[in-house]
Amino acid sequence: MVDTILGRKIGMTQVFNDQGEIIPVSVIEAGPCIVTQLKSVESDGYVAVQVGFGEIRPRLVNAPKTGHFSKAGIKPLRHMREIRTEDISGYQLGDTITCDIFKPGQRVKVTGTSKGKGFAGVVKRFHFHGGDMGHGSMIHRKPQSSGATDAARTFKGTRKPGQMGNKQVTVRGLRIVRVDPVKNILLVEGAIPGSDGGLITIQLLKQR
Amino acid sequence: MALGPETIREIERAEIERSKEIWANNENRRREQDAKDKKRQFNEADRVSIDQRAPLPRFRPGDTIKVHAKVVEGDKERIQVFEGVVIADSNTSARKAFTVRKISHSIGVERTFLMHSPRIEKIEVVRHGKVRRARLYYLRGVIGKKARIKEDRNATR
Repeated sequence: MVDTILGRKIGMTQVFNDQGEIIPVSVIEAGPCIVTQLKSVESDGYVAVQVGFGEIRPRLVNAPKTGHFSKAGIKPLRHMREIRTEDISGYQLGDTITCDIFKPGQRVKVTGTSKGKGFAGVVKRFHFHGGDMGHGSMIHRKPQSSGATDAARTFKGTRKPGQMGNKQVTVRGLRIVRVDPVKNILLVEGAIPGSDGGLITIQLLKQR
Repeated sequence: MALGPETIREIERAEIERSKEIWANNENRRREQDAKDKKRQFNEADRVSIDQRAPLPRFRPGDTIKVHAKVVEGDKERIQVFEGVVIADSNTSARKAFTVRKISHSIGVERTFLMHSPRIEKIEVVRHGKVRRARLYYLRGVIGKKARIKEDRNATR
């Protein structure tokens, strides 16, 4: 039984729970994921299910992928990911995995690509305080010293300006609020990474 | 099938319906219990339908309203009435909210309610006010005669 599904972030809203309290939720179009390949110890050295998600026009799919999909006997899909699992005996090529693998109340981790902020300075990227904006300070958002002079080099990991965002982010411990396998909609309490429409993976957290 | 913002609006509409349903079910259960306590037959006519939920009388900032809100104390629930002037409304759809201001023991008290919360039992409009602003925050700074709002007798809401 797989514990992971691919989805697309739709946006956020609020819902009421039974106590009349309001819960902020992220709306996710979760699945259906279609099994495109089964990996086994004999052929690949490990066990996993390769699944695809999302519509795509066949014209946009290159020839190797088209062949890969036709081997599984399914329409081309936009995204593919592998899901590691111990037992793949219950799955066959072309099988559909829907969001009913989750139940309300369960905790999940959600992985996505965060919104890109571009080449950001240290004030935005690392919350440096920056200098005075007035009083003739001339030091506004500069990173200032790179370190001590007797080391004669800058230490690795020193916080500098650079690319911020647009990288993989995982949020752990989010609670499933509602599951709709008919519409393929999942409501998860709290915020999830990335912009609306971004690809995300939702995985069940292992109970400790 | 690409789902978009329309999906969110759909969820919000369903949320409004659901909160009405919760309210109607609670109200019916309470009335049934009430009839049982008084040892008389529960009339089907006493049952409220989902549409009878009344937080949706139309009111605007400037109107005086009575909000019947459920308050949970420990494991008991009771209804508390909050009467005052609507000074602002915010958001739309399932998130719609409004702020009510009243003067309690000569101290101004403001409370913001969620329009579609299942904790709101009923909203009664006491008086329609004639105002020229959408947000009546100026009321916070005035007292006595200046804090009056003219009544709008031919209000069509």
